[in-house]
Amino acid sequence: MERPAWAPRSIDISVPSVSRIYDFYLGGSHNFEVDRNAARKAMEFMPGLPKVMQANRAFMRRAVRFAAREGVTQFLDIGSGIPTFGNVHEVARAAAPGARVVYVDHDPVAVAHSQAVLAGDADADVVAADLLGPAEILASPQVERLIDLNRPVALLLVAILHFVEDADDPYGAVAELRDALAPGSLLILTHASYEGIPLPVERAEGAVDVYKDIRNPLIMRSRDEIARFFEGYDMVEPGLVQMPHWRPDSAPEDEDPFAFSGFAGVGRTA
Amino acid sequence: MSAEPDGPEGRLRRFATIWSRAVYPVTSTSLTRAEFEEELLPLARRLSGLLRAHSFDAEGAKAVGAALVDAHCTDPEALTRTLDCVDAYLVLYCGEEDPEAPQDAPRLRSSRLQHALAAGYAQALRERTLAEQESIAQAALRAQGVVAQALHASEARFRAVFEGAAIGIGIADLDGHVLQVNGALLRMFGLSSQNLRDRRVQDWVHPEDAPQTWKLYEELVRGEREHYHMEKAFNRPDGTVLWTNLTVSLLRDADGDPQYQLALMEDTTERRLLNLRLRYEATHDALTGLPNRTLFFERLEKVLAAGEGQRFGLCYLDLDGFKTINDSLGHAAGDRLLVEVADRLQSCATAPGEMVARLGGDEFVALTTGPGTERTVDELAERIMTALITPISIDGRDLMVRGSLGIVEGPAGERTAAEVLRSADITMYRAKSAGGNRSELADPEADARAITRHGLTTALPTALERGEFFIEYQPLVHLGDGSVRGAEALVRWLHPQHGVLGPDRFIPLAEHTGLIVPLGRWVLEESIRQARAWRERYGEETAAGPLRINVNLSPCQLSHPGLVQDTVEILERAGVAPDALCLEVTESALIGADDDLLKPLRRLAEMGVDIALDDFGTGYSNLANLRRLPVNVLKLDRSFTQGMQRFPADPVDLKIVEGIVTLAHSLDLAVTVEGVETGAQAEQLRVLGCDTAQGWYYARPGPPERLHDLALMDATG
Repeated sequence: MERPAWAPRSIDISVPSVSRIYDFYLGGSHNFEVDRNAARKAMEFMPGLPKVMQANRAFMRRAVRFAAREGVTQFLDIGSGIPTFGNVHEVARAAAPGARVVYVDHDPVAVAHSQAVLAGDADADVVAADLLGPAEILASPQVERLIDLNRPVALLLVAILHFVEDADDPYGAVAELRDALAPGSLLILTHASYEGIPLPVERAEGAVDVYKDIRNPLIMRSRDEIARFFEGYDMVEPGLVQMPHWRPDSAPEDEDPFAFSGFAGVGRTA
Repeated sequence: MSAEPDGPEGRLRRFATIWSRAVYPVTSTSLTRAEFEEELLPLARRLSGLLRAHSFDAEGAKAVGAALVDAHCTDPEALTRTLDCVDAYLVLYCGEEDPEAPQDAPRLRSSRLQHALAAGYAQALRERTLAEQESIAQAALRAQGVVAQALHASEARFRAVFEGAAIGIGIADLDGHVLQVNGALLRMFGLSSQNLRDRRVQDWVHPEDAPQTWKLYEELVRGEREHYHMEKAFNRPDGTVLWTNLTVSLLRDADGDPQYQLALMEDTTERRLLNLRLRYEATHDALTGLPNRTLFFERLEKVLAAGEGQRFGLCYLDLDGFKTINDSLGHAAGDRLLVEVADRLQSCATAPGEMVARLGGDEFVALTTGPGTERTVDELAERIMTALITPISIDGRDLMVRGSLGIVEGPAGERTAAEVLRSADITMYRAKSAGGNRSELADPEADARAITRHGLTTALPTALERGEFFIEYQPLVHLGDGSVRGAEALVRWLHPQHGVLGPDRFIPLAEHTGLIVPLGRWVLEESIRQARAWRERYGEETAAGPLRINVNLSPCQLSHPGLVQDTVEILERAGVAPDALCLEVTESALIGADDDLLKPLRRLAEMGVDIALDDFGTGYSNLANLRRLPVNVLKLDRSFTQGMQRFPADPVDLKIVEGIVTLAHSLDLAVTVEGVETGAQAEQLRVLGCDTAQGWYYARPGPPERLHDLALMDATG
């Protein structure tokens, strides 16, 4: 049975959460033993997982700075998780003072944590909502207050779409978001993929299985499948590439081999 | 800040670069390595200062350790690499030659700085870890608080829905123990919550339960069925019955195991009563309370659909002369009469499978079913006729009630209800036209005729337009000299399917529909035109006088206001003298005729048109009346001449004919005889003094040319 919109999402901290696992990989302590157990188990198959997360963060940082340089000062970060450090609002403001940021996550703990972090911040807020309900996100009071949809917005979908199964129509949700954005808006996106992982697929599958076990299946998509999320948007140079290759600040050769697991790209709507 | 590579600043930078290269791979920072190095540079400067400071500053070194944690070097490997780096390179790049100091003083200081740095790092990491643990725990708590609040609101909402629902809701376990019910359900049952919970679901058996009720229930609690839906009755403690629209669903737990049964019920008691009443009203006659046409048809259809060996018998009753009672005593009296008749009929059909219904007006039907209806239907008919014998007393008058009864009996499965009822209707009309107060048994041939009659009636109007009618002429012969004196025009219908039809088949229908007036006019025109043709051919006078044409006039035409004018116009247009025309009117049409009705006839007679009284002797011939009728000719019905076909002729018939002829002649009326078939007959009639005759002996009706031949024969003979 479909959960009615007004029924609360249940919360069970004895179940690992992808947000807290992510935090653990980034050296944070915003996590519980169940999260760490799951994270360590996945690392048995893919020891470089923290490097994947770090590459995601580094890409996000470069992309946000890029957006700021392009004059985009409104940011909508869906799947923001638990902001440990180097968050969008910090990076964005460093590059463009006065930038406004709305974070969105469906994990109530992540939302509660963000609320604590952002308390008293007039230009940043968090919405408890799901990527699969774009209308709910766009109509939220936070977005209403902080983001002018008639002006360009940088939409961040960093390390989130690989947690949405095709059955739930992630393409439809992303299309709805894309369609709501004004010309000049940017779509900043990363996605996990078997392509580029410096391990045999069978080993990587072990890590994928861990996510399946915690009922947050990790959906690995091919580059072509990931490119479809940008439909109708023009790819910003260098296009959809492995994370370290996207407008690097330092030589990609120096990066950890695991940083190449997954694709990143930025699209722009005319 | 640029620096001389070998100057103190350049050396300090070299140290920072080495340090950042060592630590960067184990940090989780999102900074680039170059940026990271910029973050470490102040720390390196600080360490350099501490190394060279006059006295050892543990707090300063601790601060550097803590700053590492702040730079997100939370992996202890970062500390190891930092300490290795400090140990190996700090003195090398940041130490300065001090000849005063002991040789190993910088190394000693570096070592102490490392200890303090490690302590500062550990303390900061511990604090950061605790702070983060605290913050995530707080976040989880707040999130749970939000969820709990939402759950509480949701629970309250669900409870409000449950309690406030207009529909009855109850939850029971799979053994049938009622666990929880809402207010609506208690109100429906008229029970307290406790009383209801003391009962088990299986206790709610009701005599009107559908047969599958408890089978469905068992399937559900066994987990073989997800839900079922039905109308179900329950007994209330006050003895009344609660009817519900019931839906029972199986509730399963998270693992899919059956756990509870959920009943949703809607009180349909009133709706059901209303439906029953509406159904009763829709299927019963408001005046008599008998089943009406609708219910009767349903029943008849059911009976006719019954299996082999089943038969049915149907009596179709129409009261004789009911209209007269209604017209003379008023509708109220008529209604009371119908109610009494209904009561009596009801008492006639008391056996199982018998039924009486009122179809409308004064039409009733009685139905009997079963294997032996050949016998029972006759008995039923007899009971009905007997029941009507006793006069009905209305307003102090005893009214005689008679009825005509059509009986249809037969096996089920051969005819539709509509066909059976039509057959019964036709048969009833046969009984009625046979004089009423009798019953008739259905006869397929009579039915077929009646059914054809219906078809003909509807085809009549177009038949006239399409010219499907034609006229045959039967000569009228003078008995004295055997000369042809004229002919009777007899209309025929050349029906596209049925072939040539005689007037007896369609004239009554034309009269019924009013088409007789245009048809009659056409016949008159056509006949007059023929009469003119004859006159042109034979001249005004034949040997025995002018040829005359006899045209039949129906009662309808007789009372039609345009009769005289139409006739005059037709004669004038054709240029035919009125004395060439004889209009034949039946005796029955003139029975009881008043002066108004006779006036047109009289006017025609005055103009010279002959009037013949047709079929004389078949009605209640009012001989006294003959005097005042404008009649010139009596046409004796063929029934009188039939007795003369034998030899010797029936003496009574002879006497009667003789009497009539004498009477007619004394009133100055000519006598024409119909149906003459033998020479003996003709001779007999001539002796008796009849004037003219027609019949097969002379000629059958035929086309106008035939008359020509006869007339020639007559002229030459």
